[in-house]
Amino acid sequence: MKLIALPLLALVLAAPLAAQNAAPPAAEPGGLTGSVSDETPWQDLGIAIPTFPTDADVPTQASAGSTAALGKALAQVITADLKNNGLFKPTGPDALPQPSFGQVVAPDFGIWSGRGAEMLVHGYVRAAAGGNVTVGCYLYDVGLKQQLVKGGWEVAPGDWRRAAHKCADLVYSRLSGESPFFDSKIAYIAETGPKDHRMKRLAIMDSDGANHRYITTGQSIALTPRYSPDYKSLLYLSYFNGAPRIYAYDIEKGTQRLITANRNPTFAPRWSPDGKWVLYSMATAGNTDIYRIASSGGGAPQRLTNAPGINVGGSYSPDGSKIVFESDRSGSQQVYVMNADGTDQRRISFLGGRAATPEWSPRGDQIAFTHIAGNLRVAVMSPGGGNMRYLTDSWQDEAPTWSPNGRIIQFFRTEKNSGKTSIWQVDLTGRNERRLPTPVDASDPAWGPVRP
Amino acid sequence: MTDRKTIGAVPLRPALQAAALLMAGSLALAGCSKKAPAELPPPPAPTTASEAPPPVSQGPVPGSQADFAAQMMGKDTIYFDTDKFNIDAEDQAALGAQAQWLMRYPAKRVTLEGHADERGTRDYNLALGERRANAAKNFLVSLGVDAARVNTVSYGKERPVALGSDEASWAKNRRAVTVTID
Repeated sequence: MKLIALPLLALVLAAPLAAQNAAPPAAEPGGLTGSVSDETPWQDLGIAIPTFPTDADVPTQASAGSTAALGKALAQVITADLKNNGLFKPTGPDALPQPSFGQVVAPDFGIWSGRGAEMLVHGYVRAAAGGNVTVGCYLYDVGLKQQLVKGGWEVAPGDWRRAAHKCADLVYSRLSGESPFFDSKIAYIAETGPKDHRMKRLAIMDSDGANHRYITTGQSIALTPRYSPDYKSLLYLSYFNGAPRIYAYDIEKGTQRLITANRNPTFAPRWSPDGKWVLYSMATAGNTDIYRIASSGGGAPQRLTNAPGINVGGSYSPDGSKIVFESDRSGSQQVYVMNADGTDQRRISFLGGRAATPEWSPRGDQIAFTHIAGNLRVAVMSPGGGNMRYLTDSWQDEAPTWSPNGRIIQFFRTEKNSGKTSIWQVDLTGRNERRLPTPVDASDPAWGPVRP
Repeated sequence: MTDRKTIGAVPLRPALQAAALLMAGSLALAGCSKKAPAELPPPPAPTTASEAPPPVSQGPVPGSQADFAAQMMGKDTIYFDTDKFNIDAEDQAALGAQAQWLMRYPAKRVTLEGHADERGTRDYNLALGERRANAAKNFLVSLGVDAARVNTVSYGKERPVALGSDEASWAKNRRAVTVTID
């Protein structure tokens, strides 16, 4: 899993320009021919993302195939990334002519302005040493005939999609002014079977649903996973041995351990942003409180809440200094904030209905939560508890999780009667809502940070 | 990009991890050894001859889970209002019947399973199920059942018995079920 950013200047100037002197790459049989689909609404074309050409078509170990095939697949993944966040209207390689290798650094702007493209993404693919592939990525303003940003990465063949996500992140960040988020992963619970006996398995996937992998077999119920900030381990709840307790699963080693030796039920695991602490909730004689323990596995747990009732969940502010959590100490579920050491606990939500599963935005400016008033809906409010705003309106939407840049929220939706679940995402306008593709039913999404 | 880690890489130290695993393992073993010995089936009736056994209906073995379920006739489960965990008069009667049975079989241990309906968030419902199981346990203990004989487990909203999404189904799912450990 190595992704190396390249010193671009050298690469850019050396590689494609040098290639310009060579013969232009021959058109691939079965590849793009430059024909344009008539169905494409050209007036909507915001960003053109044609196939990334290669200097020489050579086989790779990548699932997408040779460097030429990879060039088209990369452009498709970038197009899907940018399309699915709702901000852009990208047009992908299937409907666009393919540039030559040399045009990557010297675009034929006339072609693209003639098609109404405001922005142009070019890139290239080359075989690198050791079976790796090198991917370059360039964003041009077609009207200004100017390069806006560029990037390049050398990736192992199995990581080729990461290069596409990095390129999409580059384009997204440059055009929106926001932090990147596409090159990230999601942990969730895969669900199958009848409503009264659902099989629930821990699973992981990339932020676009690719590279799906099951972690547990489903013999024990698995719930509420959370990726560690370094993606090396997963906290989750398992009914292994019959009782609900939190385990830390080491993804590389495939081993797991209990996060606390206490035999009481533990649930709702959370990481601190620096990965040094684990928050968990533990029930003792029917009362539930929030604790923290060092993630390294040593040390005694520290109890952070002690109000009678159910104090559960918890989500750190981005700087790690505060924790937002849920408590029914006042009678029904509402949202509270405390310092990371448990001091200065105060209620921030005074809403009708119940307010649950608060999650602090990685930007710090909003708290996403589940509002329960009849239906369950995902909403956001300010860290002070004001400006509550619904983002979804369905029968049962719950458990929001933030994209690493705090612009998109994923949650899960349960269908009335059937109990079938699916993961959805919505942007902060509430308008761009879409279902994530998963192999089976899915719940409890947990979005990890952008990968280094 | 470099391999430099800027955020919270906290590799588990192998020694600590091993210790934790050992701890987990020994706890699991302790759990096994504490398990009540399985109730022995009643000794076979003295065999008088090779005659066919009398056609007496067998019925559940006294003191077994099957016996408990048969004797309780539904009183093995108590029900709760939305978000509530109080033990009302009907629950008291049911738990009273359970306590009587438990007094009769003092070697038996039980698990109280707490459940919630689907109309709540997952974590809260786990806590709520635990609260309901404990409320039932506390009442059994108040009737003289040794607390050490009563284990609790919450399933939150994970194991409904009624599958509809309506008030009648939710009322059936907000429950605490007593299951004896055979």
